[in-house]
Amino acid sequence: MTISETRQEGIALLKVEGRVDTNTSPQLQKSILQAFQKESQVVIDLEKVDYISSAGLRALLIGQKTASSKGGSMKLIHVCDAVMKVFDMTGFSKVLTIERMP
Amino acid sequence: MERMVDLKLQASNDTLYTVRDAIENALKGFGCPKAERTDILMSVEELYTNIASYAYGGQRGDVAVQMDMIGDQRCRVTFVDHGIPYNPLERKSPDITLSAQKREVGGLGIFMVKQMMDSVRYRFENGCNILTIEKDIAREAKA
Repeated sequence: MTISETRQEGIALLKVEGRVDTNTSPQLQKSILQAFQKESQVVIDLEKVDYISSAGLRALLIGQKTASSKGGSMKLIHVCDAVMKVFDMTGFSKVLTIERMP
Repeated sequence: MERMVDLKLQASNDTLYTVRDAIENALKGFGCPKAERTDILMSVEELYTNIASYAYGGQRGDVAVQMDMIGDQRCRVTFVDHGIPYNPLERKSPDITLSAQKREVGGLGIFMVKQMMDSVRYRFENGCNILTIEKDIAREAKA
């Protein structure tokens, strides 16, 4: 998994590519928390992600909690069917802000 | 019954990809469609990392992972460790209706496994934890 970060007009955009699993999710969590140190709005582009395990969900939940406690926002964009299925089965689709793949 | 994967490894997150790659390649070879493959691979990750983290209480220990095809369409993966007796199926399911602030992630992995697989069974036998998951897969015609 790789993550690239760009910042523009108060928004940090994290583009994630690859599988978000037990071994890679600490890197995602770190990137999200670092992004919230710089900006109050974080957008995570999951277009190139088709696999997320419970460890990845944990990283996103911590990101969401950080957003709420800072009065910021975290949005997931370009979420594919396979990842959406995991969000739906775990109830995460109700607690995260999600934009589907068009 | 045909054995497709037969591994014995040190239970550790460092060996997760060895297991995942072996199972992924076997499923691809069998013509398992991507959606079912992902369900099985995710379930394997959740159960394997659980064993790696907890079975031996931080000590070294082995885990055996086998994958069998039963008949034409049923995939079975079996995990055997000789660590602390523990039935993950008894773990209370998380409340998935809570808000983000109140939610915890503990127990989510096994909860996902139960939803993605057709059967999840546990038994303790001869000093071993034996976890078995099964899923029917609709085999794709080979090109």
